[in-house]
Amino acid sequence: MSAAIDYLLHLADNALVLGQRNAEWCGHGPILEEDIALSNVSLDLIGQARLLYQLVATLKGGECTEDKLAYFRDTHEFRNYTLLELPHHGPLSGYAQSDLDYGTTIVRNFLYSALMALLWEALEKSANADLAAIAAKSLKEVRYHLRHSRDWLVRLGDGTDESHARVQASLDHLFPYTQEFWVQSPAEAAAIAAGIGIDVTTLRADWDAIVDAALAEATLQRPAVGGYISEGKQGIHSEHLGFLLAEMQSLARAYPNGVW
Amino acid sequence: MTTQLKEWPLWEIFVRSKQGLEHKHCGSLHAADAAQALEMARDVYTRRQEGVSIWVVESKAITASNPDEKGELFDPAADKIYRHPTFYEIPEEVGHM
Repeated sequence: MSAAIDYLLHLADNALVLGQRNAEWCGHGPILEEDIALSNVSLDLIGQARLLYQLVATLKGGECTEDKLAYFRDTHEFRNYTLLELPHHGPLSGYAQSDLDYGTTIVRNFLYSALMALLWEALEKSANADLAAIAAKSLKEVRYHLRHSRDWLVRLGDGTDESHARVQASLDHLFPYTQEFWVQSPAEAAAIAAGIGIDVTTLRADWDAIVDAALAEATLQRPAVGGYISEGKQGIHSEHLGFLLAEMQSLARAYPNGVW
Repeated sequence: MTTQLKEWPLWEIFVRSKQGLEHKHCGSLHAADAAQALEMARDVYTRRQEGVSIWVVESKAITASNPDEKGELFDPAADKIYRHPTFYEIPEEVGHM
């Protein structure tokens, strides 16, 4: 039971945190059409998070609801990859709207979607039938997210000198955070043992193939990785998640049980 | 040397609905090329399950009739009701025409 809950929260928090991050572009997209496209991606992700939180709430029973899980847990209780909570720009940039970098948004969506396109497909065979059903629904969505972000990755990478340099910088910044994908957490190990979860390391070769093919088409260099490995999925986060949660949770905390 | 465009070209979007037999014009959008126009049309015009198929056509490829010539082009058809197939019954086996 606990193995399932921890694993489902990891999947749910991934979707919610990235959905919330990408929603920052709503009304600020580089062009109208892209604004709508990215908002659609966010709504898909928040929809996935809702289904997963509802499932967790059912498993936990009692007073637990999807809203309590999304709005009344604190930073250290979130189990998302650190990659997904980072701002839409490189390190040491300002926080102004004008500092948002679309290349960073696209690179992150690409790296995560490439993983989830494989993981959701594998999770269709989960021993948990509810999770298998959520995986089937989410797979269609993430295939589109991958298509969308890959398309832009190639356009920016194989675009102008400036777009190439900027998207390469985004890739250099974000790529090391993908190391977290491949280091198994205790929660993942427990879920795999219970037949609920998937060992993502078995997906690594396929992920590499998707990433390398796209980077080659985009004329981008795959960065060498090493050094610090982030641990967001174990509740050890960057300084950025707290600000994201503050914005996302403030309304629900100021007006508990509020409806409209 | 290719000329650099300041703005992306305009595309006309046609969507076929689940029940529809033909693609209907539903609007336009800006995109760098046809493939991107198709992706964007999916997000802009089929968010509410409006379609099962999309066509995109660059707006400049469309030649339109002149609104000022409406009278000479279309009014002469007004008094020729015998051109409407309303004077005979269509057998049911024929189905949709």
